[in-house]
Amino acid sequence: MTARIGVVTFPGSLDDRDTQRAIRLAGAEPVALWHKDKDLKQVDAVVLPGGFSYGDYLRAGAISRFSPVMETVIEQAKSGMPVLGICNGFQILTEAHLLPGGMLGNDHLHFICRDQKLRVENADTAWTADYEAGQEIHIPLKNMDGRYVADTYTLDRLEAEGRVVFRYLDVNPNGSLRDIAGITNEAGNVVGLMPHPEHATEPLIGTGRTDGLPFFTSILKKLVNA
Amino acid sequence: MARVVVDVMLKPEILDPQGQAVQRALPRLGFEGIADVRQGKRFELEVDGPVDDAALARIRELAESFLANTVIEDFTVKVEEEKVEAGK
Repeated sequence: MTARIGVVTFPGSLDDRDTQRAIRLAGAEPVALWHKDKDLKQVDAVVLPGGFSYGDYLRAGAISRFSPVMETVIEQAKSGMPVLGICNGFQILTEAHLLPGGMLGNDHLHFICRDQKLRVENADTAWTADYEAGQEIHIPLKNMDGRYVADTYTLDRLEAEGRVVFRYLDVNPNGSLRDIAGITNEAGNVVGLMPHPEHATEPLIGTGRTDGLPFFTSILKKLVNA
Repeated sequence: MARVVVDVMLKPEILDPQGQAVQRALPRLGFEGIADVRQGKRFELEVDGPVDDAALARIRELAESFLANTVIEDFTVKVEEEKVEAGK
């Protein structure tokens, strides 16, 4: 008995296959989901992968947020289903208002691709339980619209409630307010971040480390023990 | 046919690096005395039939839920009854 974790493919998704592979490496069963299909095929959790869904037209994630699959994802996320949004997936989650704030173009106006050092600030979410709070990890980052913004009230509230899950260390690569790389919702089942843990799950590729694998083992343990 | 224009701008407190890049290029082009530039989006909606209160209400809803992300952007909706010949 293992957990079934869905990965949505939108037109313009890039990292859906890598995400499926990471899920398999962690020992769970990846399930391909299609943007036009409301059916989530009885998965236990969903990952919205990176890429440029709908070409980032209008705003990154703005059109995908209204796709048929998202109707079900939004409904299920609100009743507690774990959802992880990576990069474009994070943008979709903010556009869907499952996570507060919004994503804008990098402050330097360039695409960025680098190994990024992060600090895990919250190891209590469904997706981060296999980390330790304060742990420093290296995860690839690649994006155009990675600048996290929110009003001061929202930022203060996120900090006070421990909902900043990851923070950029050494370099703030995109002008995100308060160095925020990832956040969670009040319940802790929905997490979004800009860096790509699915690209750091095997020693051969990415950063040469497996710092991203705990995302997928965290959720597997949570679902299997549930 | 009437045209409804939806203008979308980043909220004033949010940094606009595109606008800043435009503003920084102005002295090089010989334009002095422009203190700030902010860049936004303009949507021109050609509406079939009359633009009555009900149609405008629907367009406002569209602007609020889709054309703008009101977490980070403000928008205005205005009706252009007659097409203006630009630049003449």
